[in-house]
Amino acid sequence: MLFEAFRDIPIMVSPKHRHDVLHQQFLTAIKSLGVITVVGLFTGMILALQTGLELRRFGQEVYIGSAVTVVMLREMGPFMTALIIAASVGSAMAAQIGTMTVSEEIAALEVMAIKPVRYLVTPRLLAMITMMPLVTIYTNIIGIAGGAIVGQTQLGVSATAYMDNAAEFAANKDLYVGLLKSVLFGIIIATVACHQGFSTTQGAVGVGRSTRRTVVVSFLVILMVGYMVTRLFYQ
Amino acid sequence: MIRFEKVSKRLSGRVVLNEIEYSIEPGETFVIVGASGAGKSVSLKHMVRLLTPDSGRVWVGEDCVSEARGESLDRIRERFGFLFQSAALMQWLSVGDNVGLPLRMKKDMSDDQIDDLVREKLAMVNLGDAFDKHPGQLSGGMRKRVGLARAIITDPEIILYDEPTSGLDPVTSRTIDRLINRLREELGVTSVVVTHDLHSALAIGSRIAMLHEGRMVEMSTPQEFVKSKNEFVQGFLEAQYITTQGDWEKSETA
Ligand SMILES: Nc1ncnc2c1ncn2[C@@H]1O[C@H](COP(=O)(O)OP(=O)(O)OP(=O)(O)O)[C@@H](O)[C@H]1O
Ligand SMILES: [Mg+2]
Repeated sequence: MLFEAFRDIPIMVSPKHRHDVLHQQFLTAIKSLGVITVVGLFTGMILALQTGLELRRFGQEVYIGSAVTVVMLREMGPFMTALIIAASVGSAMAAQIGTMTVSEEIAALEVMAIKPVRYLVTPRLLAMITMMPLVTIYTNIIGIAGGAIVGQTQLGVSATAYMDNAAEFAANKDLYVGLLKSVLFGIIIATVACHQGFSTTQGAVGVGRSTRRTVVVSFLVILMVGYMVTRLFYQ
Repeated sequence: MIRFEKVSKRLSGRVVLNEIEYSIEPGETFVIVGASGAGKSVSLKHMVRLLTPDSGRVWVGEDCVSEARGESLDRIRERFGFLFQSAALMQWLSVGDNVGLPLRMKKDMSDDQIDDLVREKLAMVNLGDAFDKHPGQLSGGMRKRVGLARAIITDPEIILYDEPTSGLDPVTSRTIDRLINRLREELGVTSVVVTHDLHSALAIGSRIAMLHEGRMVEMSTPQEFVKSKNEFVQGFLEAQYITTQGDWEKSETA
């Protein structure tokens, strides 16, 4: 399915399909922006507080700038974004395709000789691949800002000192590896969700089951793939 | 046109089709009746390979649809229109987009051309004003008719109808019957109609077949069907108050 979906990506730039992709991109990104903002903010704040309190024992509070930024870029940004997108967008995707499967809509597409993968999976996959990095960048910015707020208000680290420190230690590699992860996570979410959707059986109960499985399976795979990418690039 | 060759199918541990054999001639309207759960929808799905036989083959013209794949399967499927029992409309698309979907995805036509065709087909099923509505806003019978409009939008040579008149009032049902007849007379469409509505079956069928326990227990013209000695056919007729030939003729002229 994944292979087929990738192969059809070039077709999606045609005007006929562009609308579908844009719609999916909108769903992926804009609709979850509210939650992402809150989660990103608090992730940054927690990181700053935890590391800041430790660093304070050595009088090195100013290093929270780099600590928060590096951890956000490398791990927490892509990871938190992926979890939220999996829980909100991925589950909705599975529910929609699952409902279509049990109500014979997929069968109807097949009879009309319309490929369900091209019609349903490819736009979703493409939306995930393009939007996950963007949303992750957004999460990173919010998270780093959250860290700065905690630094300023609770640890006495000024925003400029925080940013200088961040700029000094965070490398481009951190950003790129994080974005690579986010792309992989996007592929994972779309694949798991669509696969669960298509293999739905037994009516509404089955749709519930596919939705739950999508969230659980995506979480697990995201965790494992996240670990492997980190190992690959930082050893 | 369509030929079942010793087709057997088990579903959920039950034999639904049992070495069933019959063929449907080009240009005829073949009606399948039978009790609920007899395997009528399963039979239709075999004709477009939504289901495959456990043994046996299904032929469409010269092609074995039950073994076709990929492009050749698509080409066979493009000859069909299929009205699903559940209508199977895409919930998030408007009625107009649903009906036009096969054209939009498959044919190089402008949006205006597609819209014109869609409106024409919607008018044929008495739904001229539903173009911009969404399936969720329609009644069951209206959804069914949208499904019918979608099934005929590509002017297919074979149309499979799964209970086209279920859930419709008698007047609209007769409109649908007339539409099915018209498609056959004007375009030479081959139709397979699954129905519980014997009045409709008698009015449109060139042959009526009764499916019972995985086999065709009766297959004959409407005139012979109402005179059948088969006990299941008898029961089916009586349950719909069509007891004798005389009664049926009366009901048709009424
Ligand atoms: N996808 C499926 N999986 C498992 N069993 C199925 C499936 N589809 C149909 N069946 C079984 O096959 C049998 C025949 O079903 P079918 O839908 O063909 O009945 P039908 O004759 O169309 O009845 P109705 O008039 O109620 O529509 C039923 O016993 C049903 O339980
Ligand atoms: Mg049925």
